[in-house]
Amino acid sequence: MLLIKCPFCGPRPELEFSYGGQAHIARPKDPASLDDEAWAEYLYIRSNSKGLHAERWRHIHGCARFFNVQRNTVSDAIVSTYKIGEEPPKPVEPGLEERSSRSGAAL
Amino acid sequence: MRYRLPAGGRIDRDKPMSFHFDGKKYSGFAGDTLASALIANGVHLVGRSFKYHRPRGIMSAGADEPNALVGVGNEESRYTPNLRATQVELYDGLVAESQNRWPSLSLDFSGANDLFSRFLPAGFYYKTFMWPASAWKKLYEPMIRRAAGLGRAPDAADADRYTQVYGHCDVLVVGAGPAGLAAALAAARSGVRVFVCDEQDQMGGSLLSEREATIDGQAAADWLEQTIQELKSRTNVVLLPRTTAFGWYPHNFLGLCERVTDHLGPAITKQPRERMWQVRAREVVLATGAIERPMVFPGNDRPGIMMAEAARTYANRYGALPGTRAVVFTACDGAYRAALELKSAGIEITAIADVRSNPNGRWIERARAAGIDVRPSTVVTGTYGRLHISHVDVARISGGSAGHPETFACDLLLMLAGFTPSVHLFSQSRGKLVYDEDLKAYLPGESVERERSVGGCRGVFDLSTSLADGFAGGLSAAKAAGGTVAAEHKFSVFAQSLGRDGFVGAPPSGGGSRRTRAWVDFQNDVTAKDIELATREGFRSIEHVKRYTTTGMATDQGKTSNMNALGIVSQTLALPVSKVGLTTFRPPYTPTTFGAFAGQSRGELFDPVRKTSIHEWARENGAVFEDVSLWKRAHYFPRPGEDIHAAVRRECKATRESVGIFDASTLGKIEVVGKDAAEFMNRMYTNAWTKLEPGRLRYGVMLREDGFIMDDGVVGRMSPDRFHVTTTTGGATRVLALMEDYLQTEWSDLDVWLTSTTEQWAVIAVQGPNARKVLEPLVQGIDISQQAMPHMSVQEGRICGVPTRLFRVSFTGELGFEVNVPMGYGRGVWEAICAAGREFGITPYGTETMHVLRAEKGYIIVGQETDGTVTPDDVGLAWAIGKTKKDFVGKRSLARPAMSRSDRKQLVGLLTVDPKIVLEEGAQVVADPSEPVPMTMIGHVTSSYWSAALDRSIALALVQGGRARIGSRLSVPMPSGPVTVEVVQPIFYDPEGKRLDG
Repeated sequence: MLLIKCPFCGPRPELEFSYGGQAHIARPKDPASLDDEAWAEYLYIRSNSKGLHAERWRHIHGCARFFNVQRNTVSDAIVSTYKIGEEPPKPVEPGLEERSSRSGAAL
Repeated sequence: MRYRLPAGGRIDRDKPMSFHFDGKKYSGFAGDTLASALIANGVHLVGRSFKYHRPRGIMSAGADEPNALVGVGNEESRYTPNLRATQVELYDGLVAESQNRWPSLSLDFSGANDLFSRFLPAGFYYKTFMWPASAWKKLYEPMIRRAAGLGRAPDAADADRYTQVYGHCDVLVVGAGPAGLAAALAAARSGVRVFVCDEQDQMGGSLLSEREATIDGQAAADWLEQTIQELKSRTNVVLLPRTTAFGWYPHNFLGLCERVTDHLGPAITKQPRERMWQVRAREVVLATGAIERPMVFPGNDRPGIMMAEAARTYANRYGALPGTRAVVFTACDGAYRAALELKSAGIEITAIADVRSNPNGRWIERARAAGIDVRPSTVVTGTYGRLHISHVDVARISGGSAGHPETFACDLLLMLAGFTPSVHLFSQSRGKLVYDEDLKAYLPGESVERERSVGGCRGVFDLSTSLADGFAGGLSAAKAAGGTVAAEHKFSVFAQSLGRDGFVGAPPSGGGSRRTRAWVDFQNDVTAKDIELATREGFRSIEHVKRYTTTGMATDQGKTSNMNALGIVSQTLALPVSKVGLTTFRPPYTPTTFGAFAGQSRGELFDPVRKTSIHEWARENGAVFEDVSLWKRAHYFPRPGEDIHAAVRRECKATRESVGIFDASTLGKIEVVGKDAAEFMNRMYTNAWTKLEPGRLRYGVMLREDGFIMDDGVVGRMSPDRFHVTTTTGGATRVLALMEDYLQTEWSDLDVWLTSTTEQWAVIAVQGPNARKVLEPLVQGIDISQQAMPHMSVQEGRICGVPTRLFRVSFTGELGFEVNVPMGYGRGVWEAICAAGREFGITPYGTETMHVLRAEKGYIIVGQETDGTVTPDDVGLAWAIGKTKKDFVGKRSLARPAMSRSDRKQLVGLLTVDPKIVLEEGAQVVADPSEPVPMTMIGHVTSSYWSAALDRSIALALVQGGRARIGSRLSVPMPSGPVTVEVVQPIFYDPEGKRLDG
């Protein structure tokens, strides 16, 4: 069970949260101006990254706020959590993405 | 007793205990395991093997035991199958039985499998039981399950109680052998909060069987006692014996299962049987030790063949002798120590066969000095004895093959190929394992979680180095957890090194491996030649070899077999072991009961139950309930002698003809408030809300961003900045979540608050031509006349003196009201309405009648007429889309070409040509029933009922291009033959809607 640091409440166990999918996918300001392909891209296409992944979580059984998490999808290590609207912090662990992509093969 | 030493060990000879095994009475002592007690009684045959039904004996003394699986418990409700006898603590009156044998252990008819074993090679099931496919389920699988198997599941409910607890600590030490205890000491002295768990009843690990070694000038046993006293005396330490760390989950979250009362027997106690600890540890020290590795040689599975270290444990710890005359087969020094100590306990050591060409060092010298016949470059080539070993063939190897064997009589064969570090938890933590060529073992490499391994589980086997390693690990963990690092401690240890030799795979044996069988995986009955066959057939990855041969796939997860299997694949393919790979370890380390995982979540506590304030009234009035998400809803109210059909017909008739009353409190309710509430509603729903006047209601449709219907419900505008939103019963949570999502992450500039009010309002639907007459005398300050309160309006006032939001709304097609009152007043108001309605024969109805009445009107139910691929237009709700709105959630998706194709499935009504036939919901609709199977399916029935009002069956369906088919005939194929249906408009009753106004 992940230990997730809610930016509003502090570290809490995963079962207090709900997952919200990939972060930083803004709803287009004017959907009607998008062609079908661009709209489908917004709707369905996600990065499915192996390694560092920015994703949304909601502290549903706590403050009920959405926030963003940078998680390594290989190790499940949480690199940072930050509020909606904030820029994602630079990863603090150097070489994180490189290392995770190497050690992922056996999983 | 011939096999019990007169003194010594950790058993309490003042506390004799009697027990039964397979119906026969035996005795043992407090401190025994079932295995040690059986050995002390001379009993070795304890089970039959999984596939060949070979007689099997006790092989190990711990969690790694593959053979001695027993069922324990004399009451069905407390019976537990598949327990390792080596881990079952003896108590007075214990009843155990062997498994997988019939009619008895010594005479087992399925033992014939053994004679036909050459016809049961690896992959046998896959190759043989292919044809006919239909026979698998009815014939082959039940047959295989009967013949090959483990224990039986008890058929009575578990009488015991299980609990769960969360634990938080700075340092969790897993394993309380010398390394773990040293780590615990170091961490404890550093002032951090320490948990120490160990799977055995006593802490100490290998120290519990130690006779010779001394630590800091004390006998190992005394040091152990003193160390445990020190740990117990510290308030920052929690000691958890009988507690298995079975699983590692992300972020240092470990599952521990504590066996609280198993060792007490069925004594009356208030304690739970097991306690599941879910521990979050800042730092973890793994001190899980190492497991003995068997030698792979022909006939190595007979009762009386045992791991050398296990035999030493039985003698030293339990005072139980596993035999009188032993031959030893080994590749490392550990077996010499065992042989010497067993010899001094009175067992004759006939010979030590050592695979190594030149074994040397102190242990070998001591064995020779003790007069033991040590034979280098020697292997065991065969064994004899049907139910117990009687003889063993021993031969010298030269030039890679075994020579002419010499036969020794014996009743005990000890084997030890080396020690395999227990890296299970480390591997579960996703740490990378690295192969150590020198030690011939996989060892923990780089950590992923905040943990470190110490002692035997990372290949540090000697007592002195292990203690030092453990202490250093404890200090480093305490430091990382923020403790004040305690002083270093140098252990002064007297103990002879066991060296680092070992053997992996199968040594050469006489006769060629194709004709003889050498077991690798004892629990799943996999032999060396099965693994060789798999590689010959082209399986090269160890993951494939594992699945094809089933090696390592038994409940022991290959604790004793994985490394030898790897070694054999490596030998056969001439690849280094590290290139063959290693299978992944997964939780649980040892089998863990469902009870521990379920904890208190049984019976009424299995799932939360939501009840409305009218629930008890419904129960008292005979309602039959159904589950709708977590809610209990009244399904129907049968009168004496009525079945569901009769009750629903009566409820429908009463509502259509006079008045019915229905508890709609489970509807989701969300209060949407704020300056921008109308704008928010415009964006979330397809409808236009700006022009909806306060005091009016509107049916709202909500889409997902992909354009498909997500939810619907009636929305009331209470004031310019306040909406009373209702949702479906099951959709309440996800609707609020979706609204919050957009509000928090996309439109945080909107001035809107969302509050779930589902449990604040009881909702009483009063429906039928007499509904107004019933309510009129009860309301205060509200004019509910047709002129003042038309269909789809809402008024605030009082009913029976209670504040209400009174909705004029209908989900039945009749004149209707929905009375919202604060939940606590629900029952009181309900009963008042029932009293006022008595003169009109007011009839309570349940969800089934509600469904029939709405289907007669063609009102959809989200989740029944929709399935996540249905657009508003598909179900005839295009009118609910605000055409002039620039944007709302899902609008852009509706403009995609696929969303307006004419062959989309559309909602239609179906009338069976034979009006008595009620279609089955979910049945497929076809155009041509004479088409061969599989027919072209063009739709499916979504709702189907008997309509009392129409005195015939009705159905709704989603059918490709359905609206264009209205007036034509289709077919619904059923097992009894196709049912012809006419496609009609999806509205069966009062299509003009005249009855809405009474």
